[in-house]
Amino acid sequence: MSMAMNLTALRTIWIKECTRFLRIWVQTLVPPAITMTLYFVIFGNLIGSRIGEMGGVSYMEFIVPGLIMMSVITNAYSNVASSFFSAKFQRNIEEMLVAPVSTMTIILGYVGGGVARSLIVAVVVTVVSSFFVPLNIQHFWLIVVTVILTATLFALAGLVNAVFAKTFDDISIIPTFVLTPLTYLGGVFYSISLLPQFWQTVSQANPVIYMVNAFRYGFIGVSDINAYVALGVLVLFNLVFFALAWSLLHRGVGIRS
Amino acid sequence: MTKALEIKSLRKVYRGGLEALKGLDLTVNEGDFYALLGPNGAGKSTTIGIISSLVNKTEGEVKVFGYDLDTQLADVKRQIGLVPQEFNFNQFETVEQIVVNQAGYYGVPRKLAKERAQKYLTQLGLWDKRNDRARTLSGGMKRRLMIARALLHEPKLLILDEPTAGVDIELRRSMWDYLTLINSQGITIILTTHYLEEAETLCRNIGIIDKGRIIENTSMKLLLSKLNVETFVFDLEPYSNSPTMTGFTMRELDNHTLEVDVPKERGLNNVFEQLTAQNMKVLSMRNKANRLEELFVDLVEQGRNQKESV
Ligand SMILES: Nc1ncnc2c1ncn2[C@@H]1O[C@H](COP(=O)(O)OP(=O)(O)OP(=O)(O)O)[C@@H](O)[C@H]1O
Ligand SMILES: [Mg+2]
Repeated sequence: MSMAMNLTALRTIWIKECTRFLRIWVQTLVPPAITMTLYFVIFGNLIGSRIGEMGGVSYMEFIVPGLIMMSVITNAYSNVASSFFSAKFQRNIEEMLVAPVSTMTIILGYVGGGVARSLIVAVVVTVVSSFFVPLNIQHFWLIVVTVILTATLFALAGLVNAVFAKTFDDISIIPTFVLTPLTYLGGVFYSISLLPQFWQTVSQANPVIYMVNAFRYGFIGVSDINAYVALGVLVLFNLVFFALAWSLLHRGVGIRS
Repeated sequence: MTKALEIKSLRKVYRGGLEALKGLDLTVNEGDFYALLGPNGAGKSTTIGIISSLVNKTEGEVKVFGYDLDTQLADVKRQIGLVPQEFNFNQFETVEQIVVNQAGYYGVPRKLAKERAQKYLTQLGLWDKRNDRARTLSGGMKRRLMIARALLHEPKLLILDEPTAGVDIELRRSMWDYLTLINSQGITIILTTHYLEEAETLCRNIGIIDKGRIIENTSMKLLLSKLNVETFVFDLEPYSNSPTMTGFTMRELDNHTLEVDVPKERGLNNVFEQLTAQNMKVLSMRNKANRLEELFVDLVEQGRNQKESV
């Protein structure tokens, strides 16, 4: 297929994906805003005021980047996981499979949809947070690059999950048993420097640590980990998951009998 | 003559070991209207799935308008429009979204896709429904939606897997008219059906598939000529004394309807002569429609016996 035709196909998938989450905005855009407001009120305001400073800033300021990141992660993941799985389930994935759409285009379209949703949610949550703490931005482009790489990574992971999923339960198991623990242990609510040395080392195996810290560095200029090391790790994870998603879809795993 | 479809020694073994196709050969010429018939589980949908790349083949060769499925997949896909056996659109999208998006996947620019959407949705009587969500359509409308969707990239080969299942007579006829029309405009059509009347009305050539093999591949005319006995139903003016018929098998259904089996070589004249001689007035006469079904059952049985004796 020519470049122009591939772009048309890509645009089609991407717009369809965006239309989907915008159509059900009450399920996709409102909940993260509510959850985050609760986090700000409870952890930030009520409990945070007793904790004092962390990393040289107020506790509230400290957790804002991590909370934004948390909503980016869950939204990117669940958007692609549920959209792709329901396309498998309703079999409308076949509309793409019979057409000369390349595997690359399908991945970019779905991941693009997940990234779009998580960026919208990120903006919503950031706006909500600005009611609680003044918005402080140290390294704007680092924030942008980190959030896009993170959203892409979890969108890809959601896609891989959906490829293997056989029932709707299968797309909630990974978020519950893997994603949530990783984000909670990913330095959203604490600086890993508070941990004993052993757990600090273990924490470095958690990819979320890198995203949260790079992101936090972008906002408040404080990080447990060098921001460029963090970006490097993110890029690496993205490549691995892209290769995995491509190879699965190209072979038709879970979508062609 | 250009071949729209050429399948050689096609085999499919599903995961779990079921061999759905056991070396299937099939050729369909450009411009043909071809019926693929066969009992449930014969392998029709599997064959169609492989042609339209929804199912991976195990072995064999498939060419569509000369393009090879293995090496020229994108070209193959562009030639084909598929109307699958089961509804496979997103129930929450609107009619227009579904067809316009499908065109997008084929790289048709959005503006052109919208023009075509209007054209084909209008032709299929769905234009008024364009903003309705697919799940609110009736079964017949859903079938027509899938036909419109398959046509939006203007394929040369349209494949329909039981397009009229669950569609009422009136709608079925209008679908037949539509398919006949687009076939006359040059689109090659392959369809599967369990309604033999449908195959007989529409199709020029026919393949019968059973247990993963083609057991008959012939023209409709030849197939029908294999039938040497036809059954006719005579509608007579009500009579009080039953007629007699020498040389023909005859059944009386009631006091004004007769069924007579007429061997091809004997013709109908003698039947009329006998009826006239007995002062029976023939009001109307029709051909009993199920003869093809009988033939079909015969063929499938013959095929099975042959295979067992091999
Ligand atoms: N995805 C699948 N996995 C395993 N076996 C399958 C699958 N799809 C079909 N089969 C089997 O392959 C055989 C052929 O099925 P197929 O759907 O091709 O038949 P068909 O001729 O279309 O029948 P019908 O007229 O009922 O639609 C059947 O025995 C069926 O059970
Ligand atoms: Mg079938």
